[in-house]
Amino acid sequence: MSYKYIPHTQSDIDEMLKAIGATTVDDLYSDIPENMLFKGDYNLPESMSETEVRHFIGNLSHRNQVCSIFAGAGAYNHYAPSVVGHIIERSEFLTAYTPYQPEISQGTLQYIFEFQSMMSELTGMQCCNASMYDGPTAAAETMMMCVTASKKRNKVLVSATMPAHVLRVMRTYAHFHGIDLQEVAAVEGVSDLDAIKVAAAAGDVAGVIVAQPNRYGIVEDYTGLADALHSNKTLLGMYADPSALAVLKSPAEWGADIACGDGQTLGMPLSCGGPYVGYMATTKDLVRKMPGRIVGATHDVNGRRAFVLTLQAREQHIRREKANSNICSNQSLMALYATVYLSLMGRDGMKEVNASSYANAHYLHDELCKSSHFKPAFDKPFLKEFVLSTDLDIEKLQKHLLANGIFGAVKVAEGQVSFCATENNTKEEIEHLLNVIKSI
Amino acid sequence: MKQYDKLIFELSKSGRRGYSLPQSSHTEYSLEELPSFARRSEEPLLPEVSEFDVVRHFTNLSNKNFGLDTGFYPLGSCTMKYNPKINEDMSNLEGFTAIHPLQPAESMQGALELYYNLQRSLAELTGLSEFTLNPFAGAHGELTGLMVMRQYHAKRGDTRRTRVIVPDSAHGTNPASAAVCGLEIVEVKSTARGTIDVDDLKPLLDDTIAGIMMTNPNTLGIFESEIPEIARLVHEAGGLLYYDGANLNPMLGKCRPGDMGFDIMHINLHKTFSTPHGGGGPGSGPVGVRAGLEAYLPNPHVSKLADGSYTIDEGTDSLGSISGFIGNFGVMVKAYTYILSLGKENVKNVGPMASLNANYIKEQLKDCYELPISGVCKHEFVFDGLKDKSTGVTTLDVAKRLLDYGYHAPTIYFPLLFHQAIMIEPTETESKETLDEFIEVMRKVAKEATEDPDTVKTAPHTTLVGRLDETTAARKPILNYRDLIAQ
Repeated sequence: MSYKYIPHTQSDIDEMLKAIGATTVDDLYSDIPENMLFKGDYNLPESMSETEVRHFIGNLSHRNQVCSIFAGAGAYNHYAPSVVGHIIERSEFLTAYTPYQPEISQGTLQYIFEFQSMMSELTGMQCCNASMYDGPTAAAETMMMCVTASKKRNKVLVSATMPAHVLRVMRTYAHFHGIDLQEVAAVEGVSDLDAIKVAAAAGDVAGVIVAQPNRYGIVEDYTGLADALHSNKTLLGMYADPSALAVLKSPAEWGADIACGDGQTLGMPLSCGGPYVGYMATTKDLVRKMPGRIVGATHDVNGRRAFVLTLQAREQHIRREKANSNICSNQSLMALYATVYLSLMGRDGMKEVNASSYANAHYLHDELCKSSHFKPAFDKPFLKEFVLSTDLDIEKLQKHLLANGIFGAVKVAEGQVSFCATENNTKEEIEHLLNVIKSI
Repeated sequence: MKQYDKLIFELSKSGRRGYSLPQSSHTEYSLEELPSFARRSEEPLLPEVSEFDVVRHFTNLSNKNFGLDTGFYPLGSCTMKYNPKINEDMSNLEGFTAIHPLQPAESMQGALELYYNLQRSLAELTGLSEFTLNPFAGAHGELTGLMVMRQYHAKRGDTRRTRVIVPDSAHGTNPASAAVCGLEIVEVKSTARGTIDVDDLKPLLDDTIAGIMMTNPNTLGIFESEIPEIARLVHEAGGLLYYDGANLNPMLGKCRPGDMGFDIMHINLHKTFSTPHGGGGPGSGPVGVRAGLEAYLPNPHVSKLADGSYTIDEGTDSLGSISGFIGNFGVMVKAYTYILSLGKENVKNVGPMASLNANYIKEQLKDCYELPISGVCKHEFVFDGLKDKSTGVTTLDVAKRLLDYGYHAPTIYFPLLFHQAIMIEPTETESKETLDEFIEVMRKVAKEATEDPDTVKTAPHTTLVGRLDETTAARKPILNYRDLIAQ
């Protein structure tokens, strides 16, 4: 039975059984009703050697088409320096458990503190947590936090300009948690601020959640929204792309009470949808209502600076049946990913990422609109992602692009597609896309 | 090695940079064109450091961490088994990492086949019908599983079932997940042996009960032998049985939750299927259901079509979406690699060797640590502190002293049934030699507690930092660099 991941020799097993006072390993399962024991053979492949596994999985990986990416819609193609991957593969980070023993987990605890610091800088918020699963679940937690913080209100408004994949998750959580989540229809690609303000004036709205940039890539103008909401004791939550926040007005500058979003834009691989990392940030007043782990600075018995999980009274393992959130871990290694990425890029690098993405996307937008098949869907400012109206069959268009090694033209609605360009799209890739479109 | 205590911000020097990016060819477009309302006025404070600064900083931080590759983690209910390196290599293949989640199915057939095969493998290993791999973590799986439970009742028009039974020995996330799912928690008591008290359960079962959440073996490592009777009673009352897969490891190769009568379960791929914990994530918490419940699983779902190709579809009876896309795909590659490596023959030894290891430690230590429940355990067991209670040495002290000897601490003060709980789970990947050394150290600590209690009470002594002032941390929170420099 010798196998590389199970070190027991027959003599080990014999000695251990003797020490236990058992005759066979099956004795350890004698308390299980006989008819429940699994005695057959699993319908699984036989053990593969490492070489065989490498071939098998490698072949599966080759059956996916690695494309030039001109799509966003929740997953963005940004570049990450080689350093990032090497650091997160260090086994002291990779194979560690949650830092419940701070004396031997200062590495994890410190990078989480650095992550919180950097996300606080980007969002402008006073306190950020140690990360969430992904952006959509962070938005759902933001919705629940609004209700928790308001105590007596159960209604949350969300602008229909929220990215579709986020909205879907918010609806599910609202349905099961019993929150009255109401969607406020968009007007010409942006939030209907008047309708939101009127609804909030009724005085029963716990929170309003908006997106920046929104599902169409548009940078929205939220001037006056926070004040109007706050005068009704309604919280403002903002779902924001942390990469874009290096240049865009921060949630704090808009007056938001809670910021949340997906850190995938911080250079994370697309990876068929995950792992990414969510974040949540808030004000000092509300920090004790925020779910998720938080790391704080303190000192040890010898006065040495050190870091520790803190404000844990909020956590499910103490509140149990009164919990407002059940999250008990974070997405720690991906928070490290974001931290290493932001350390390398710094303020100037993040500006360059946005400047190049902006330039590439706007060039692509203007060139595509020279074709008779495309015109702008909205006349609004955008950063790296935009929506065009088209008279082409969208499915055929996508297939045509794929046949030429390109993934783009994500369907947004009937007759509408979105494109995205980033600093990671080369000049040649962009010209190739334009030529392929011209050939239609 | 030198003591390293810098924050990345403290290495920052104006003018340094750690990146190189290509210039856009389209400089006729500038961010300055964005309207002024859109642009931020205050600059974010991010470090300005060289690439080498970053490499050294994080390498030095990693040296302040204990990981599985560093040493033994006898951490109860966490299944800290070896994380094979080949898993990482497979997960990092460009054919997976470069794929956009919204690419059409025909352009990602390899990824979908892997995804589908993992769904089928988990169904086979658990005796259930169908899986979703969308949930991101164990607790997320619990929440998803409970949503399935509520969806099942709702679709039958049975709207009164708003309560769920949770044992007092349950993982803390069970009641929390139920609360988030909009369910009221009803606690069922344990017997003296820590198993569910069937007599206490019976009167709770009425037509308001949506189901019961169980962990089997439970958090004391004891198999719930009354499970056939419990399953019968709950099903007769119209409820469903939820299996918390946190303790699935000892069952691998021996017993399947589906065959025990469970209807819904989650699996922690980062426990039973060897994917790394990453310091607290990313995990993956697939949810499986028995036949008849498949339609309620979350959207989107990966299926195989009659022509042998794979597709991502959405069902109308589904509970909805609980994740942005199809879950932590990178983690799934690791779990599937592990299953292929083990194969049908070696997977059968996982549970038995995990249980052998746990029982071995338990029997070697029960003369100096209080064993509240005797008899055979599965993958883990619980001591109620030191046998000699006269020394004033607590479970926390024992845990901290273990750090001095190069071990991670066990899970402590859980389950809540025992005041001085020390919960130990060795997993099957540890050798007899490792266990013998651990046993020797545990005995040594017990001896120290009697002969030199102060040393134990003030431990750890050899770690990079000593015990921390957690009270001040919570009372005056310093949660980022700005707070720190404002002090």
